[in-house]
Amino acid sequence: MAINRRDFLKLGGLAVISSVASSALAKNFTKGSETLTGKRWVMVIDVLKCKENSAMCVSKCVEACHVVHNVPQIPDKKKEIKWIWEEKFQHAFPELSTNRYLNEKFWDVPFLLLCNHCDEPPCVRVCPTQATFKRYDGIVMMDFHRCIGCRFCMAACPYGARSFNWFDSKSYLTKVNPEYPARSKGVVEKCTFCDERLAEGKIPACVEACPGKALHFGDLANLNDPIHQILKGRIAIRRKEALTTKPSVYYLIG
Amino acid sequence: MHNSDKVIVGIIIFILFFAMPFWLNFGKAKALPKPELPSDTKECVESREYMRAYHMKMLLDWRDKKVREGQVYYINSQGKFFKMSLQNTCMKCHKSMEKFCDRCHKTASAHPDCWNCHIKPEEVSKWQ
Repeated sequence: MAINRRDFLKLGGLAVISSVASSALAKNFTKGSETLTGKRWVMVIDVLKCKENSAMCVSKCVEACHVVHNVPQIPDKKKEIKWIWEEKFQHAFPELSTNRYLNEKFWDVPFLLLCNHCDEPPCVRVCPTQATFKRYDGIVMMDFHRCIGCRFCMAACPYGARSFNWFDSKSYLTKVNPEYPARSKGVVEKCTFCDERLAEGKIPACVEACPGKALHFGDLANLNDPIHQILKGRIAIRRKEALTTKPSVYYLIG
Repeated sequence: MHNSDKVIVGIIIFILFFAMPFWLNFGKAKALPKPELPSDTKECVESREYMRAYHMKMLLDWRDKKVREGQVYYINSQGKFFKMSLQNTCMKCHKSMEKFCDRCHKTASAHPDCWNCHIKPEEVSKWQ
């Protein structure tokens, strides 16, 4: 019995509908109820508070981040790995530092630098394997599994937020967090806004570790988030605005 | 066929050579690998047969769902929830890479690179 065209199309349509329906019904994965969900995570760093409390905190945020994420301490500056680090004003904001009076005002203020999780991330545009990509909540994620170590992203990032693993990172670890992986040689790494902690309902490690409450974290897409009041009430600047990458790390300078 | 005597001898020699591993190991059955199963729990994420056949696929699925889509839990066929994590879920019951993963992988000459980055239970004591 030869199948006619009409029946063939009917059967084909049924097959497509049933496969779509079964894949929609079989939901094998879910987020937890404890997961912090947002649409546009941002970090706000009160650098004046950082200066005030610098004696008491001794960069607890940097230490906390690097311990939680198994970031190796490599003494060679050219090959070091950093997710969050301290920098001087003129290096964080080179375009503003030509202003002598700003320079004088901020010369002794520590600026914490990290991945800006840009709205328009240049690193994502150049990654050939989509190892780095923009997540649904605004986080510029790293999928270490996919990274081939081409370092295009490092060339593209205008903030120097990415580090390349020249060595197997396990051999440079002094302390280890057994709940988080390390990285192998030939992989690029950076801050991920603590995606693994957000999934467990915790705020990023650096924000939590700050004893002076200088770091704030919130969802810019949620109009009720207290982060809006902080940003509206103070003078907040972002790094290298002229490049139009639209960073989501803000620095409160006044 | 031209030169049939030489060609046939050649084919026979080729087949004998090609099947060399078979001849060399003939009659010597190697013991099947016995990965050490956890003593304190009997149930894995899915049934034993499923895990045996599809654990690699499941781990890849978990990886993509967690890293790329931000999913946290896997719901198994019984409706139970499991946090998707190699280090924090799998290796909490299977407490050793050498006694569990490696035993079969070595026999099967499989070389997964999970532990280049992930920290195996054996390694943790090195830092503590």
